[in-house]
Amino acid sequence: MRPSDLLVSTPAGLYCPPADVHIDPVRPVARALITHGHSDHARSGHGAVLATAETLAIMAVRYGEDFAGSTQAADLGKPIDLGGVTATFHPAGHVLGSAQIAVESGGLRIVASGDYKRARDPTCRPFEPVPCDVFITEATFGLPVFRHPDTRAEVDKLLASVRLFPERCHIVGAYALGKAQRLMSLLREAGWDGPIHIHGALEKLTAFYEASGVPLGPVVKTAGLPKAALAGAIVICPPGQIQDLWSRRFPDPVTAFASGWMRVRARARQRGVELPLVVSDHADWNDLIATIGETGAGEVWVTHGQEDALVHWCITHGIRARPLHLVGYGDEGEAEPGDEPAPTPATPETGT
Amino acid sequence: MNRFAALLDRLAYESGRNAKLRLLTDYFRSTPDPERGFALAATAGSLVFANAKPGLIRALIAERTDPVLFGLSYDYVGDLSETVALMWPTPAGPGPGHNQPPPTLAEVVERLQNVGKSELPGLLARWLDGLDETGRWALLKLITGSLRIGVSARLAKSAVAALGPLQPDDIEEVWHGLEAPYEALFAWAEGHGPRPEADDPAPFRPPMLAHPIEDGDFDALDPSAMTAEWKWDGIRVQAVAGRRPDGRFVSRLYSRTGDDISQSFPDLADALQMDAAIDGELLILREGRVQSFNVLQQRLNRQSVSPKMLVDYPAHIRAYDLLHLDGEDLRPLPFRERRARLEAFVAGLAEPRIDVSPLIGFGSWDELAAARADPGSAGAGEDAGAVEGCMIKRADSPYVPGRPKGLWYKWKHDPFVIDAVLMYAQRGHGKRSSFYSDFTFGVWTGEEGPGDLVPVGKAYFGFTDAELQELDRFVRRNTVNRFGPVREVVHAPDQGLVLEVAFEGIARSARHKSGVAMRFPRVSRIRWDKPPGEADRLPTLERLIARHETGQARSA
Ligand SMILES: [Zn+2]
Repeated sequence: MRPSDLLVSTPAGLYCPPADVHIDPVRPVARALITHGHSDHARSGHGAVLATAETLAIMAVRYGEDFAGSTQAADLGKPIDLGGVTATFHPAGHVLGSAQIAVESGGLRIVASGDYKRARDPTCRPFEPVPCDVFITEATFGLPVFRHPDTRAEVDKLLASVRLFPERCHIVGAYALGKAQRLMSLLREAGWDGPIHIHGALEKLTAFYEASGVPLGPVVKTAGLPKAALAGAIVICPPGQIQDLWSRRFPDPVTAFASGWMRVRARARQRGVELPLVVSDHADWNDLIATIGETGAGEVWVTHGQEDALVHWCITHGIRARPLHLVGYGDEGEAEPGDEPAPTPATPETGT
Repeated sequence: MNRFAALLDRLAYESGRNAKLRLLTDYFRSTPDPERGFALAATAGSLVFANAKPGLIRALIAERTDPVLFGLSYDYVGDLSETVALMWPTPAGPGPGHNQPPPTLAEVVERLQNVGKSELPGLLARWLDGLDETGRWALLKLITGSLRIGVSARLAKSAVAALGPLQPDDIEEVWHGLEAPYEALFAWAEGHGPRPEADDPAPFRPPMLAHPIEDGDFDALDPSAMTAEWKWDGIRVQAVAGRRPDGRFVSRLYSRTGDDISQSFPDLADALQMDAAIDGELLILREGRVQSFNVLQQRLNRQSVSPKMLVDYPAHIRAYDLLHLDGEDLRPLPFRERRARLEAFVAGLAEPRIDVSPLIGFGSWDELAAARADPGSAGAGEDAGAVEGCMIKRADSPYVPGRPKGLWYKWKHDPFVIDAVLMYAQRGHGKRSSFYSDFTFGVWTGEEGPGDLVPVGKAYFGFTDAELQELDRFVRRNTVNRFGPVREVVHAPDQGLVLEVAFEGIARSARHKSGVAMRFPRVSRIRWDKPPGEADRLPTLERLIARHETGQARSA
């Protein structure tokens, strides 16, 4: 069996013809395997969905209980027979419940890793490398300029700023699923034991993390609190809110943003961020290439992100590689920032 | 160096002055000598060493990375130093900078002052191996001379003063006699050392500044106790010279903020053969006539001063005050005595490049108002176009650094005012980043009838916080187009918003599509009542320029 007989890219996403299932389809399909709960990977409206119990629960939180015709929970490490093809879920270390999916038939194994990271994350199970023939990888941070620092140093940066400006409110943009809760957990590890304030949009997912056994300490919604009560507070909100009307209700805010994109100054400036925190839920360059090596794969398919550089690296290191050109990914999680659509054309000429 | 880099990194993103001040003071308080002294020199812009060229940095990275990966990375990041800082390979081994302790800032500065050209690449590579991403970025920016963190020398000195009870002006007084790493200065600022002795024969003295006069002030002021003189539209400078121990003169020209600008004005520096400190206005005079600020600007903009420039843009000092003469500090004397000493001194100097700004005779505030309205007939003659208003000083005022109350006033011209149409808006920075607070406005072309709107300026202040909220709301509700961070706002004869814009000056400009450039435009009123079709027109602005050039009174 050739790899392309087992998995092919289609407009709806990766498709496995012998089992008639899609992985992370971007359009409604009859049978879907879902790697994790970010909305660009986990969409509603499929017939049957197979995913980890946490991912199924996250989808229910986000889309309601009837997000799919039927659901089946996959246990990590347990092969599931899909009719001549087996699928096995393995932890991906990306967010709570995230998994890589290994599909196997006739001695050929392909691993679709979804989104993943190798850095420590107290809120989810760590990534486990799975030996395979073909490794399908993301490349969100697939350029050698992306080498994520130790998250402790980034969290210390935030806490140092809170100490230096105790009368100001620190507003931290963080993706609602995963990043926000990881940040809370890291703050607790760093010794921040006061309340962590959150935007209402984070409430349900944060409660779900707590209910799944991830302790996050006292978490308080900002709604209804007087302005003065938020001096010296740390407020976590979805990234889109840090410079929106919502942020105006806080005392002299310092705007922070926790994302791998904050490594690049122009990106941080574009968002009007004053305190960039380089905290990412995706593999950085070093981890991408280390992981490719650990899987022992002779061939690599690159799904989304900075494909060119990673494909180039594979080829120059004797590994067959090609981009899959899948569309529709990178819309949530660490989608490239920029809240206004068009790039800047010539700005109007003006006086001094 | 990593700590200094972290400070620079934070300063580069922070827009508020007070926040920057606190970050700097916190750093100075928690960093030992001599490291903090070199950091002070770096932020105050007083570090001097040979810069590295971008070519050297490109060569270093080319030896260490795959050219395709470097190309893709550089395209993505868009800045050479930053790309190199981020993708510099970390040496193998346990922990970053294995075997290579990060250099201190003191080490970097000291080594760069005497490193040979052939040693530089190896030295730089070793340092880069030892630093983290931010440290590498700061080092590369520092050695390529492109460190831009929005900190003025004044702010850096204020941060030192804030370590203890000193005022920023106290630091200014001793600053020019001191050098990095400023150990004595920090000791003094922290209260465990004496005031450092300045042995500079031509030190900067912090200037005395005036308050804008308010209508109510006139009732409380006795005209006979006050003097008045023209406020010239140049740049305020301090010309200082003194003798070195070997008897030769050292002369310097300082800006109002204490920056040494002598190098841009060698013609003036040579003329200062004296032991004195003059407070005055720097102007360009051609055939005895004061040229407009625009002409002065053309000379200021030049990096190097050519002999032709010296001939075509002859610099001149119009003196207001005398602070120091032949070893004597005149600042405690009353203004009228200093003024008498100034007149005698300038007469004795007989230097055509230096003259004294004349006093305006007046017996009542009405008489002064008349003089101010028509400087040409009140003594300013043909130079009236270069008068921006007048200065009113108590005749008995000592020279007090800073902006003391009740001694000096400035009575500027009423600003120009036009009605313009809001065309584009852009988000502000820092605290204002959630507001559309930078407004591009335009006027109609043609004398009358349907014309086109042409942008003539950009204003980002002048409104209250409440007005900003209203403007922001208007922008969000009336956007017709978006270009990245810029929103185009509806602007048609019967639809849109008129802004009354005030500004201090106007000149022709080839750089702007409209052909005009304004100085300090600001929103003085929001004309919710006025239809855009009734806003001002370009020919009106052109007439203002013509009037400004001939020195007539200003109003649209
Ligand atoms: Zn994801």
